[in-house]
Amino acid sequence: MKKSVILGAATVAGLAAGAAVAGTVDDVKARGTLNCGVTTGLVGFAAPDANGEWQGFDVSVCRAVAAAVLGDANAVEFVPTTGKTRFTALASGEIDMLARNTTWTFSRDVDLKFEFVGVNYYDGQGFMVPKALGVSSAKELDGARVCIQTGTTTELNLADFFRANNISYEPVPIETNAEAQQQYLAGACDVYTTDASGLAATRATFESPDEHVLLPEIISKEPLGPLVRHGDHEWGDVVRWTLNAMISAEELGVTSANIDELSAGTDNPEVNRLLGTEGTLGEMLGLDADWAARAVKAGGNYGEVFAKNIGEETPIGLARGLNAQWTDGGLLYSPPFR
Amino acid sequence: MADQTNNPIAFVADGNIPESPPPARETGVVKWLRENLFSGVANTILTVLSLILIYLLLKNTLPWIFNGVWNANSLAECREILAGKTGACFAVLAERWPQLIYGFKYPVDAYWRPNLAFILMLVAFAPVLFFDLPRKLLLFTAVYPFIAFWLIWGGSILVPLVALIGCVVAGGVFQKFGKNSFAAGFFGAIVVALVIWNIGGALIPESASENAWLSPVPSRDLGGFMLNMMLGVTCVSLSVPLGIALALGRQSNMPLIKWVCVIFIEFIRGVPLITLLFVASVMLAYFFPPDSTVDLFLRVVIMITMFSAAYIAEVIRGGLAALPRGQYEAADSLGLDYPQAMRLIILPQALKISIPGIVNVAVGLFKDTVLVSVISMFDLLGMIRGPILASTEWNGVYWELLGFASLLFFVVCYGISQYSQWLERRLATDHH
Repeated sequence: MKKSVILGAATVAGLAAGAAVAGTVDDVKARGTLNCGVTTGLVGFAAPDANGEWQGFDVSVCRAVAAAVLGDANAVEFVPTTGKTRFTALASGEIDMLARNTTWTFSRDVDLKFEFVGVNYYDGQGFMVPKALGVSSAKELDGARVCIQTGTTTELNLADFFRANNISYEPVPIETNAEAQQQYLAGACDVYTTDASGLAATRATFESPDEHVLLPEIISKEPLGPLVRHGDHEWGDVVRWTLNAMISAEELGVTSANIDELSAGTDNPEVNRLLGTEGTLGEMLGLDADWAARAVKAGGNYGEVFAKNIGEETPIGLARGLNAQWTDGGLLYSPPFR
Repeated sequence: MADQTNNPIAFVADGNIPESPPPARETGVVKWLRENLFSGVANTILTVLSLILIYLLLKNTLPWIFNGVWNANSLAECREILAGKTGACFAVLAERWPQLIYGFKYPVDAYWRPNLAFILMLVAFAPVLFFDLPRKLLLFTAVYPFIAFWLIWGGSILVPLVALIGCVVAGGVFQKFGKNSFAAGFFGAIVVALVIWNIGGALIPESASENAWLSPVPSRDLGGFMLNMMLGVTCVSLSVPLGIALALGRQSNMPLIKWVCVIFIEFIRGVPLITLLFVASVMLAYFFPPDSTVDLFLRVVIMITMFSAAYIAEVIRGGLAALPRGQYEAADSLGLDYPQAMRLIILPQALKISIPGIVNVAVGLFKDTVLVSVISMFDLLGMIRGPILASTEWNGVYWELLGFASLLFFVVCYGISQYSQWLERRLATDHH
């Protein structure tokens, strides 16, 4: 008797979860807001400003999707998630998509049953050293004391890198980024290693950032991207192609400044298809014709979003690097809008 | 003999010697210093060492505090103004203090609501904490939770009103039937309350909240120190009665009640609070349909209350065990039944013994409320670690923000501690 009750409860819960998965596009439209999972705060990527408005690189993806689906870039309910709660929040249906600089890995994609719809930032583990150390390559770091966050993949990458290059190091274990900053500035370690974007953001907070350099070596692949649940391909397509639209828009020279002009129709058929003046791409996606135009208008194309939140003009000052368009030698390569 | 009388006496005291001040080393500051700070070689060395330590501490902190910059828009600007001098960047507090107190999503034009709720809370607590005050004030205390709910969450006034009516009617039922049979009164009250809440809930129109006088604020918009205060106050006030019930239940002669209480207490005490919070925020979501989840604030309140109730139950059990057996027998011999004996004889004494322990749990619980930041609720610490340190302007400001948080918590916890000491003195009935 007891067993059947428990089983019954489990079935109900399973059914409820199943019901949540089907038709996210319709759910979002019916609700009128997009529930988008973001970090509880990461410099440049997602953080509320002094007025409580969410700003950042990941936040822009959420806003673009909301603009494409709902026609309003502000119709987003931002759900802050921690590294520990993010996957359950997505799996349980509390959020429709997760844009929380999450690394695309095999096990997350396959075992946790999520679908990464693309990459919006190619990150990788880097090194920061004081200029005074006179080091220009990570391979010269033999015998260095390295500040490293314990229990992360960065720790394993570091061991692999030093072993492969046959040089030694002395790890200084630290717990959080805040602790690392203090230890590094106090001289408890010669080198600080974590994701390159994090290093740049950390360096930007130093009293004299010019006295520290990021070494050119990037020793791991950390492709960060938005993800959705397995099994709802219509919704996955919407998020994937919204991201692609932002990337393609930059490649095709569509910016938030000239988009109104271009929407009237141009000589470039790919621009016309992207902006919905030609073809029926929007209809295939279950949206209206100018979905992509709205997505780009929300915060600009990929390049504009990058420049505004984490680009070289901001205090974080990240160069495009791997995140440049493929035409400029980067990795950003959107499939064609056809 | 004659010689002696004839010889003039060298000196005769014809009055009192005027009082002279005590020797300089036996009075005033000097005496105090000699006795307390320099009473021996070892103590002198310790005193000097301590003075050096204090000097070193102040030498660095005082300029840091007094040079502090209060007007700037970012950390970089602070550093420009300081131009290399040591100094704090208090500008972050000046710019973000509403976020630190209320969270970043609470509507700005509604800040007066939690403020008013806070002031009313002091009024509501007064008769509970200081029992010399007129007992009629307790009526306000009873109504306060509903007022506070309405003020902070806003929305239709009908919701707290229905809840209040349900509670009042249930109380009436208990009064009427509880005299004859405790069980009839108790369960009758619960049934009546549930019926009223369900009927009332169905009667309130869906749109009632939309054009209510106080705009509704969802729970996820609460934050900052306000959230810590709300969690702390709610959970402490709920867990004390629950803890008393559990402690009495654990001593009960009825095996079912006894074992339920024992298992509850031992299980909850055996699990870390952070695990319970994760269950509240993550696991429970799997068991509800996505749209009808129980409010996250409520889930967290339930978990923290259960946690602290288990601890308070053990503290009170200690108080009960400390009472001599004679007290129980005395109550029995007076012909008092169980509720009377507990209410009039046992609990007043047991609770008095338990005060330091209860206060200890309460202070610990209040500080534990910052743990909710790990389940992405933006309490004071969550605000600091998340949004504020993640903003490009303020990334890197640690001491100022965490110092401010410590100060707020210290003020409240020290207040609780002082109150409990006053309470112990006030309740002392033994003679010295």
